[in-house]
Amino acid sequence: MPELGKYAIEVLSAYAASLGLLGVLIGITLRRGRAAQATLKAAEMEAKKNG
Amino acid sequence: MSIWQYANPVKFLALSSRVQPYLWAAAVICVTTGLLWGFFGTPDDARQGSTVKIIYLHVPAALMAINAWFMMLIASLIWLVRRHHVSALAAKAAAPVGIVMTLIALVTGAIWGQPMWGTWWAWDPRLTSFLILFLFYLGYIALWEAIEDPDTAADLTSVLCLVGSVFAILSRYAVQFWNQGLHQGTSVPVATGGRTVADVFFYPLLVSMVGFGLLFLALVIYRTGTEIRLRRAAAMRARTGRGA
Repeated sequence: MPELGKYAIEVLSAYAASLGLLGVLIGITLRRGRAAQATLKAAEMEAKKNG
Repeated sequence: MSIWQYANPVKFLALSSRVQPYLWAAAVICVTTGLLWGFFGTPDDARQGSTVKIIYLHVPAALMAINAWFMMLIASLIWLVRRHHVSALAAKAAAPVGIVMTLIALVTGAIWGQPMWGTWWAWDPRLTSFLILFLFYLGYIALWEAIEDPDTAADLTSVLCLVGSVFAILSRYAVQFWNQGLHQGTSVPVATGGRTVADVFFYPLLVSMVGFGLLFLALVIYRTGTEIRLRRAAAMRARTGRGA
């Protein structure tokens, strides 16, 4: 851990907030992507069943 | 071979599935290297102390916040002129990534500004234009969600994107337009090449900027694929009589 001196809280909170926001964005993106794949698969099965 | 062949959703999905593993790997490597190098491997600045380490998040996020809007502008223009659905969906897919980048730039800017300027916020030209850009992103996303017909939504959001581009330009050049306010000028001017950042800070910053750019690309391509699949599923359900 580098010596951050009197600005440690500012630097660490900037990194925590940014990485947290990026993590939420990536998490939501991947979850929605998987849900979309499942939705499309279900729709394709349904279309096949109905001819 | 024409670039327009990728306006075909099937070809776009095939290409994106091939390039995505490399893109994600490159993005993760560059972002991780840039941030770790910047955080652990650079000294404190003589004036700003350790707060200079915030630059490795703030500058790349601000850069991508503006560039994301320009990417949306190009995709919107392609939609308006050529009516390619993939371009409209790519613009839609980029907006949440752009708004998060804008939010990171605003939050890290406030955290950096407090110890350096003595205030979290000032109605400075660049800060204010960035806040307006954030509000445009919110409006753009809300408009997509509010309109049921996807083509009408694409039309109206494209027009909103054109209007918002004024603020994206202002966000980038506000410091030059109005020579006042707390925010400094661009530290890494691409056009003139006259950067004011020392090499020891610049190289990790460059890696971080490349990483944020690659991460943006990876996210937008993945999210565009998601939008294409959702659109295709809705169309299939509409054809089989169940509605979207």
